[in-house]
Amino acid sequence: MSGWRTRLPAVTGHRLFWPVVVLVLLVAANAIYRPSFLTVEIKNGHLYGSLVDIVRLSAPLILVALGMTLVIATGGIDLSVGSVVAVSGAVACLHISRQPDQNSLGGVLVALAMAFGVSLLLGLWNGTLVAVIGIQPIIATLILMVAGRGLAQLITSGQIITINSDPYRMIGVGHVLTLPFAIVLALAVTLLVAVLTRRTALGMIVEAVGGNAEASRLAGIRARRITLLAYVVSAACAAVAGFMMTANVSSADGNAAGLWVELDAILAVVIGGTSLAGGRFYLGGTIVGALLIQTLTTSVYAMNIDPQTALLFKAMVVIAVCLVQAPAFRAKFRRRRATTGGPTAPTGEQRKEQVAA
Amino acid sequence: MSTSQLVERPDRTTRWRLPRRQLPVLVSLALLLVMYGIGVSQYQAFSNIQVVFNVFIDNGFLLVVAVGMTFVILTGGIDLSVGSVVAMTAMVSAALLRDGLPPALVLLIALLIGPTLGFVMGCVIHFFEIQPFIVTLAGMFFARGLCTWISSSSIPITDGFWTSAAQERIRIGENFLTVGVLITVAVVAVAAYTLAYTRLGRNVYAIGGNPQSALLMGLPVGRTRIAVYTISGLCSAIGGILLSFYTLSGAPLIAVGMELDAIAAVVIGGTLLTGGAGYVLGTVLGVLVLGVIQTLITFDGTLNSWWTKIVIGGLLFAFIVLQRLLGFRKKSLSTR
Repeated sequence: MSGWRTRLPAVTGHRLFWPVVVLVLLVAANAIYRPSFLTVEIKNGHLYGSLVDIVRLSAPLILVALGMTLVIATGGIDLSVGSVVAVSGAVACLHISRQPDQNSLGGVLVALAMAFGVSLLLGLWNGTLVAVIGIQPIIATLILMVAGRGLAQLITSGQIITINSDPYRMIGVGHVLTLPFAIVLALAVTLLVAVLTRRTALGMIVEAVGGNAEASRLAGIRARRITLLAYVVSAACAAVAGFMMTANVSSADGNAAGLWVELDAILAVVIGGTSLAGGRFYLGGTIVGALLIQTLTTSVYAMNIDPQTALLFKAMVVIAVCLVQAPAFRAKFRRRRATTGGPTAPTGEQRKEQVAA
Repeated sequence: MSTSQLVERPDRTTRWRLPRRQLPVLVSLALLLVMYGIGVSQYQAFSNIQVVFNVFIDNGFLLVVAVGMTFVILTGGIDLSVGSVVAMTAMVSAALLRDGLPPALVLLIALLIGPTLGFVMGCVIHFFEIQPFIVTLAGMFFARGLCTWISSSSIPITDGFWTSAAQERIRIGENFLTVGVLITVAVVAVAAYTLAYTRLGRNVYAIGGNPQSALLMGLPVGRTRIAVYTISGLCSAIGGILLSFYTLSGAPLIAVGMELDAIAAVVIGGTLLTGGAGYVLGTVLGVLVLGVIQTLITFDGTLNSWWTKIVIGGLLFAFIVLQRLLGFRKKSLSTR
């Protein structure tokens, strides 16, 4: 980190270099296509603009991806987050819809607490399957991915529950201190997770478990408990994301809420440089990944391309970013980067954490 | 393992060895029979042979796709792109037929796209060492995107060859089968033969059991791995053709989530998700179990469709725990 000569390759070799480049390119393309894209203005004391919208819409994905990052760091994967999103939204909306006064803050809080509790139970179920019974994570969470969707439909009786509750809508579209509430919430959860994992030993313990669960257990870490915790945190994050998504549209749809969000979240984590093999995680990278995915989706909408065709672009961006980050791919082109990339990664992470804190 | 077998009493090992490998498949079979028995005892019409045939007719494409998935899972990989490839194949054939291409050419093109995508994904997985999960996920997005790029609405198929293939009824006594079922049976037979008796099949099991030792033994790990994803692509393509026979149209959002059904069928069929153990026959049973669940729920009438998902989830859980218990036994035997 001394002088430009050593810093430049450190910057281009940084694992976030390419994702950030793609993100900037996307924003630039949008700005060229529609010059008003970059303007951010204050109306009625609230912040408005396309950029703000992108961040607001990516808030649920950021939350889900944060939990996913921790699970992936332990060497696992959580496919059930989409179903947890649906279940938490369904439970909350069902409880609110049954109240005489849907606008009462107390009732909404009870609904949120109930939904949150159910989600924690679902996370505990996942964690128990993986950590205690020892089932492969991808399969253990596949169970809840399939059954959870059915559960959500069971809760909503297969219908779309529409609610009319101002406090609940606040979670999705409200504003706090000029910022959309969803952004504030996502930011708060991010900071909480960052502080808990990077300012305490917890993050390192999680990485140790992901690197080698048996070795970390022999070193005195309660590996099972950490794994279990990761799945519970993931479900909790998904629950909050579920509140946001259902509050955005003021209705809960057991079938469509949070559909494919697990795939987007995994993509966000991988784009952010966290290996699916576990043992390392980068929260900053995950957030860049989530923003990248949402920007891509929004730009495709803005350019009047069929939303389904957006998947085509997503596939290309995903494969490009993954290829560029794959050590084997890099090694084929530049042999030196593979060796210099390793040591610079932790310092970059430390620097980012200082900026964040 | 081999030394411990020599030490142990031979009668005990031979008694244990056979069921342990086939037990999950036997459990699937028992489950299938029990569910069929429940159906027959509850509903009179259930005992009609046509009900069994209908399960095959309605799930033929899923069966073909699940067979391809079995190959991939046996090597320890996973293929999330199958549902989208099925939709893409149906969509491409529908679009090309609409443009007036001869059916034979359309069939050829449609059957080539899936394997090509599978081949490319296999190459990326092998040469760049990216996780199969991510690569096939990108493949899934790609194929699904391509579907809507072709058309955002459903395209009907009116071609003579397709409609005759779809409406042809092969009578067996009072009951009938479709052309699709025959193709499905053929695919299953070829796949079962390939896995059990060919060099490729043995390589698949070896790589799933332990890729490291497979490599050290000089087995073509890369070639096999790429072949497996190509096979899965081919099976999805055949599944797509069968689906277009079944629905006589190509729709961009058809077969969404089919990869989950296929994976569930493979697991319920007793194939280990870590790879190395499993049979095509198990997958057939797994698909039949899913089909019978749906038939039961249809017959009942009062249960809603979401119960299918919950029951499938419960079955997945039961079978995975069963595998896990068998795994424990294997472990304790080998460490002894």
